[in-house]
Amino acid sequence: MGHEAQETDATAAVDFKEVQSTPRFQELRKRHRSFVFPMAIAFLLWYFAYVLLADYAVGFMSIKVWGNINVGLIMGLAQFVTTFAITGWYVSYSNRKLDPIAAEIRHEIEGHEFDKHGNQISGVEK
Amino acid sequence: MTFMVPAVNVADLKETTLLNMGIFALFVAITMIIVIKASKNNKTAADYYAAGRSFTGSQNGTAIAGDYLSAASFLGITGAIAINGYDGFMYSIGFLVAWLVALLLVAELLRNTGKFTMADVLSFRLKQRPVRIAAAISTLVVCFFYLLAQMAGAGTLISLLLGISDWGGQALVIVVVGALMIMYVLIGGMKGTTWVQIIKAVLLIAGAAVMTFWVLAIYGFNLSDLLGGAVETSGNPNILNPGLQYGKSEVSKIDFMSLGLALVLGTAALPHVLMRFYTVPTAKEARKSVVWSIWLIGLFYLFTLVLGFGAAALVGADTIKGAPGGVNSAAPLLAFHLGGPLLLGFISAVAFATILAVVAGLTITAAASFAHDIYASVIAKGKADAATEVKVARRTVVVIGLLAIVGGIFANGQNVAFLVALAFAVAASANLPTIVYSLYWRKFTTQGAIWSMYGGLGSAIILIALSPVVSGAKTSMIPGANFAIFPLSNPGIVSIPLAFLLGWLGSVLDKRLEDTTKQAEMEVRSLTGVGAEKATDH
Repeated sequence: MGHEAQETDATAAVDFKEVQSTPRFQELRKRHRSFVFPMAIAFLLWYFAYVLLADYAVGFMSIKVWGNINVGLIMGLAQFVTTFAITGWYVSYSNRKLDPIAAEIRHEIEGHEFDKHGNQISGVEK
Repeated sequence: MTFMVPAVNVADLKETTLLNMGIFALFVAITMIIVIKASKNNKTAADYYAAGRSFTGSQNGTAIAGDYLSAASFLGITGAIAINGYDGFMYSIGFLVAWLVALLLVAELLRNTGKFTMADVLSFRLKQRPVRIAAAISTLVVCFFYLLAQMAGAGTLISLLLGISDWGGQALVIVVVGALMIMYVLIGGMKGTTWVQIIKAVLLIAGAAVMTFWVLAIYGFNLSDLLGGAVETSGNPNILNPGLQYGKSEVSKIDFMSLGLALVLGTAALPHVLMRFYTVPTAKEARKSVVWSIWLIGLFYLFTLVLGFGAAALVGADTIKGAPGGVNSAAPLLAFHLGGPLLLGFISAVAFATILAVVAGLTITAAASFAHDIYASVIAKGKADAATEVKVARRTVVVIGLLAIVGGIFANGQNVAFLVALAFAVAASANLPTIVYSLYWRKFTTQGAIWSMYGGLGSAIILIALSPVVSGAKTSMIPGANFAIFPLSNPGIVSIPLAFLLGWLGSVLDKRLEDTTKQAEMEVRSLTGVGAEKATDH
């Protein structure tokens, strides 16, 4: 695995503490956390609210809304919808706000450009 | 709406045995050829464990869906909805929502930080040996629980699909499934295993889609009429409301919350799911994999909603319960009702393929963990070369395969969805707190990791041993004895918070400080992908 050894060497000289303290990295860290933490808390709360309703508010969940379709089924399907929506939202946020800074910092450290598959294109300067 | 429900005669099923076996043999033959072709490039450890990191996000996402949509998902959830109605549906919601934990908090950072196993990430900035050993032990335990569930499912399934009802015959089939799985993993490594999972995911989702379309067509594409049909056949309007299974008592309500917690927090801590993130070249592809798998898995669970209520309406709960295989037979019986022997044969073959593929994925994860974390890092103290490590991994595959066969024969007949839910609870307790802390909490220490992992693992297993799952009820593993002092059948609600607490407490009380340079390195690497292993070139 010579390939692997080379890569370890390439980052061995990097002072990660210094990189960690740069404003660019702090900005990346802040952007990442300020999205994933509130979002994780929000969907967990929504999921447990749903579980508690199904557990303790059976009467409410059994109210028929349209034909045989009741509140419980609609709320269950809404869990699917919110899961898909959060997924889409996170992807668009990452593409816009996270990936560019991450690539920039990576580029500075490794001095390489990456192709679309993430492979290093050695020697190509931006 | 009146509907003639032609009775599904279970005795007719035996006549389709040859057809089922034929379709399954065809699947094995085709996948084996692909596995052999895919294995040509297996040279390094990265090739064997991580498929040379050469899969695209969408391929890996399909393989994750293949790994995740196990027999418990397909047979178990369809059956649970058919019998328990709405309460069965809540399983699928937990299984799906859980993927957001993986997407938002774990997948990309894990891909950027590790190489092959979960332990790579957990031990990155802590003391290597103790953390690696703890992570490897919990990986092996979770994989073994999950393996048992799949192998037990194989036995149950066979009694229905192949008409083999005697213990010896079922044991023989478990041996065949185990032997096939060992061959796939030995020959194909991660690359072969991934291809088996991709093919199986496509077949499973396509099969479920056809059946869903068919059921909906019978009811004029009106979901309300389908639900009405389920109520009519079951004679119980409550099948559409929550609480049929879990609303019986206060204890069962808390049990359901415990299950919900384990499901939603367990997914992102399953070692065989985590390991799949290493088969793609970058964190961006890891993200794409999760997005792809969320769509596929979500779609599939929507299908199971239709299939479950379809089985309740068209086959009927009594016929399902009376069939060999019980609850797990809902989906195959529905297939037989709709498309006769040919569709049953196809669905049965897909169900077999499901078990085979999931078992293969679990085995390679367990083998990689043993060879990479325990053998190479602890026994050989990092001096083993990659070739020896892969050799150890291959031998481990055989050992785990044999253990799974023996375990499967003894666990035959146990409830599949239940065993899987326990594996989720163990994973969420033993692994998730340490994963989250080590990725996000600067002050996390070795002592915190050790306390959290052993505390979570130990408490989950002890609580299961003292629960009605093991003793004290008619459905227990040991129905004769009664030492069930813990009332819940799922330990998650106690063991998961306990593991989080222990991780925090262990770190706060730890007098030794961790290496801040390593912490900085891990944080920078995890967020930027600096120095992460790329795809190997061939």
